[in-house]
Amino acid sequence: MISYTGKFSIYFVLELGRVFIFAGQSLYYFFGQRSPLTQLLFAIREVGLRCVLIVSIVGLFTGLVMGLQLYYTLVKFGAQSALGTAVALSLIRELGPVLTALMVVGQAGSALASELGIQRNDEQIDALSSMGIRPLGYLIGPRLLAGLICFPILTTFFDLIGIFGGYITGSLLLNVDAGVYWHRVYASVQVADVLGGYLKAIVFGFICMTICLYYGYYTHLKSELRGVRGVSQTATRAVVCSSICVLAADYLITSFLI
Amino acid sequence: MDGAILKVRGLTKIFKQQVVLDGLDLDIPANSVTTIIGRSGIGKSVLLKCLANIWPAQAGTMHYGEQVAVIGQHSLRQAFNLNFSYMFQNNALFDSMTASENIALPLRECTKLSTADINDQVQALLETMDLRGCADKYPAELSGGMQKRVALARALIVEPQIVFFDEPTTGLDPERKYAVFNMIAECRRQFKFAAVLVSHDIPEVFQISDHIAWIDRGKIQCVGDREQIYKHSDTVLKNLLTNAGIGR
Repeated sequence: MISYTGKFSIYFVLELGRVFIFAGQSLYYFFGQRSPLTQLLFAIREVGLRCVLIVSIVGLFTGLVMGLQLYYTLVKFGAQSALGTAVALSLIRELGPVLTALMVVGQAGSALASELGIQRNDEQIDALSSMGIRPLGYLIGPRLLAGLICFPILTTFFDLIGIFGGYITGSLLLNVDAGVYWHRVYASVQVADVLGGYLKAIVFGFICMTICLYYGYYTHLKSELRGVRGVSQTATRAVVCSSICVLAADYLITSFLI
Repeated sequence: MDGAILKVRGLTKIFKQQVVLDGLDLDIPANSVTTIIGRSGIGKSVLLKCLANIWPAQAGTMHYGEQVAVIGQHSLRQAFNLNFSYMFQNNALFDSMTASENIALPLRECTKLSTADINDQVQALLETMDLRGCADKYPAELSGGMQKRVALARALIVEPQIVFFDEPTTGLDPERKYAVFNMIAECRRQFKFAAVLVSHDIPEVFQISDHIAWIDRGKIQCVGDREQIYKHSDTVLKNLLTNAGIGR
């Protein structure tokens, strides 16, 4: 048991080091590319735009459900006027960054891991190396940076639409006064809450994109299977690992922020 | 060997404690076709990938004129400013890019040429390689032969001094094999590069080969022209040639 724990700890630390070197080199080589801005814009379209719809839909329904659940909880204490506060703070501090990260991992992260896995299997990544193009800078750097840019923006989308969802249930369908709802939202949300949410979004963006890209790029080393089955296995592992890491990081960051 | 554009000395590659290349020496003559033959799994493709710096080697040096570089530390391009290209067995074309985008990629990412200049060069090469009408097609929309030509055009756009061909005819029928070998020979004459081929297609590949290198037990065991290879006394080489239908 002790031996196993030791081996696992060493593996974990080594892997963590490899992941950070992978991310650092990708960003470093990215800025050495000939047209980094074009690649970055393309990656933002790939990572960000692809997720806007799903993030909006999930944000809306999360807000609707929260409005409903919190209204019936608060009404027991005669505190339904605090619905705006409860919905806004829950979303901005916690649910917005976490659910956005999970949605982006499912939508874009798995796709990126699969795409890179296929490129690895088809020797397209080796082809880049042979041409003198650094694959880390060309394939990974722009996507990693796009993730860091898009996660806070998508989280903002999620939060705003979620708060609007809370308004629909609380004010339009139930008895909370619209003015009170929006006043509570406005009055209770502090700059620190928003910054905390953004901090989480950036950290989650880094975690999700790095893990998905790392698994995809090293699909030949990360899966014992070969071919398409290997790619699908790595994509699944990337999503599972990213999701767990996001939830663990959320707990750690919240512990420090609260 | 006189007139060698590149000399490789002591190339060693080990995979998980298995020595694949064991201090291999090889001279690549300029402006000619060198074909590497050998049994399956003996390390022919590994040799090419180490030379192209796609896979790192454990030891070995490359000599270009008076200059020397350690294999694996820098590519030929970085070490000697020696342009090279690599043609992969399955072409390794980017399936989300059109044929012209694939061909333009090395120029777009590695040179400071303007878009107009790159487009001109790509168009000229498409004409030369008889790929008119394929410019805007994706690899999946092209036949196997067309894909090979696009891959070769991508290799040639950077005007390489050396082109590595990794099993360029795998999976093709005999007629197409000859077509691909002829295409390589024709392009080599036209673009004047040194070609290094790895092929199982014996004796077809000998038609275009100026030098044949036989690899076995991690080393180049002999280099020569077709006749010298046929006359070699080693039993393993004789078996290889006999299995390919030579000397039966």
